[in-house]
Amino acid sequence: MTPSRGIERPGERWAIRIGVFLAMLILVTPGAWVVLTAFRPNIEVLARPAVWIPQNPTLDNFARLFGFSSAQQGLPVAQYFINSLVISLTSTLVAVLIGMAGGYAFARYRFKGKGALFLGFMLSRTVPGVALSLPLFIIWSRIGLIDTSWGLILVYMAVNIPFTIWLTDGFFRQIPQELSEAAQIDGCTRWQAFWAVEFPLARSGLASAAIFAFLTSWNEYALASQLTRTTASKTMPVGLMDFTAQFTVDWTGMSAMAVLIIIPALVLTFIVQKHLIAGLTFGGVK
Amino acid sequence: MKFLHSQRAIPYLLLLPAGIVILSVVLLPLLVSLWSSLTAYNLTRPATLFQFVGLRNYERLLGNSDFWWAFGRTFVFVTITLNLEMVLGLGLALLVNRITLGQRTLRTIMMFPMMFSPILVGFQFKYLFNDAVGLVNNALFDLGLITEPIPWLVDGTLAPFTIILAEIWMSTSVFAILLLAGLMALPKDPLEAAKVDGCNAWQVFWHITLPFLMPFIYIAMTIRSLDVARAYDMVRIMTNGGPAGRTELLWTLMTRTGYANSQMGMANAMGYVSILLSIVFTVYFYRKLTQARAFMGGAE
Repeated sequence: MTPSRGIERPGERWAIRIGVFLAMLILVTPGAWVVLTAFRPNIEVLARPAVWIPQNPTLDNFARLFGFSSAQQGLPVAQYFINSLVISLTSTLVAVLIGMAGGYAFARYRFKGKGALFLGFMLSRTVPGVALSLPLFIIWSRIGLIDTSWGLILVYMAVNIPFTIWLTDGFFRQIPQELSEAAQIDGCTRWQAFWAVEFPLARSGLASAAIFAFLTSWNEYALASQLTRTTASKTMPVGLMDFTAQFTVDWTGMSAMAVLIIIPALVLTFIVQKHLIAGLTFGGVK
Repeated sequence: MKFLHSQRAIPYLLLLPAGIVILSVVLLPLLVSLWSSLTAYNLTRPATLFQFVGLRNYERLLGNSDFWWAFGRTFVFVTITLNLEMVLGLGLALLVNRITLGQRTLRTIMMFPMMFSPILVGFQFKYLFNDAVGLVNNALFDLGLITEPIPWLVDGTLAPFTIILAEIWMSTSVFAILLLAGLMALPKDPLEAAKVDGCNAWQVFWHITLPFLMPFIYIAMTIRSLDVARAYDMVRIMTNGGPAGRTELLWTLMTRTGYANSQMGMANAMGYVSILLSIVFTVYFYRKLTQARAFMGGAE
């Protein structure tokens, strides 16, 4: 709805501005408060009356997480961070390649059982991670995939493929088929035409599919918590949960760890925002 | 062999890797899950995986009050949060749509909660609503509104409320962003025509804007119902089902039964109930979406 500026009363305009400001305040405050806590000494958090503005900003909490400080730190956070990165990046790369092939098939070909197959892929996504973790735990334990990076990478591939198919299907359908046909008339094979014409055009869409897959793996907890056991494969969300379950409550240390989980999410959100919204809406409406 | 080299085989070959992954990591485990839900499988005695008991686990579930409480609580929780998120998201989208300057910045801010790990959101709210050091109690103290700390996550009535609040904080943006995209795509002509014909703002919203937004609402509902189960992560870190089981959802009860109590057969039976619940929610909204789409197509 475009407001007609002439009729709008000034009181109404201010009410809208204040409403939006309050909403944004609610959305920003929890994250900002955790970030602030990550740079405080623990005494400030426990202080009474409450200290609102950090008096002694410090990087000590981060140093402690990575073991650069004399203070003892129980969790191998550096190893969890590396596990999270390796598992998320690998599963994203493979899921996007496999999902892209599937999305292309749905966007460009007519074949028997197309509708049923598409529905099947989407339905596989509705299985809650917690419920899937039970049989995966049974199978992974028996075939030795429990507590390995590969075990988790495989699972995250399966989680991300359906959504990548749905997104890339939409992006490929947006590209006129005539472009590929023209390239084929000029002597390209369909394979060459794909890489020379369609892939470059779909690149930004594929990038957002990749970022979305990465964040899904990066943020996942339910499956990771059951399929990992030790530092060999534990990820950051599992580590944060372990941290909160420890006997001594260390709010600043936990906040520092939370910040390490937030940073990639914030950076990637910034990059992906435009394409993701476009992908989700036209994929569904048209 | 001839089929494999023909043009007709190409889409199937392209879909083959995706199919193999889904088959082996989702479908096969679901069959194992189904089988084990029909056995007396206990993690401490591996041989019991082959001790077939028929529908005994399901029969016991149906007669178990803890299960029914968790099931009912989950259903109520999902219904309350989805509806509130929709209403609040619609409100936020309508507000932001009226702002002309800095709309892109606002949209970026709205995206942040969507990208947060549920475990992170849970941690944030556990910290914010902590009775001793939490921001909420601190603010209420300094404003002079309370003299005793409010035990947000320890009190049986307040804990579910706090979890619903966290869930709404995390997911209202999904609705707000998709509905804002819908508002931006809204054709201007019918609005102008309605105004010329003397409709007031409320009539325009009810008869033109809202019907146009329905498909967007259903997309958001479908996307949300796909991952309602991520509330498990938040409950796990915030209360782990407590105090005294007042925040126990189907998903937390399931992992407690399966992993902590080792009753894998029973847990898998619950798993099937939860899968069914997710599928019912998703399919319901997906069908609404196709109907709304067909309706829009007919109107154009």
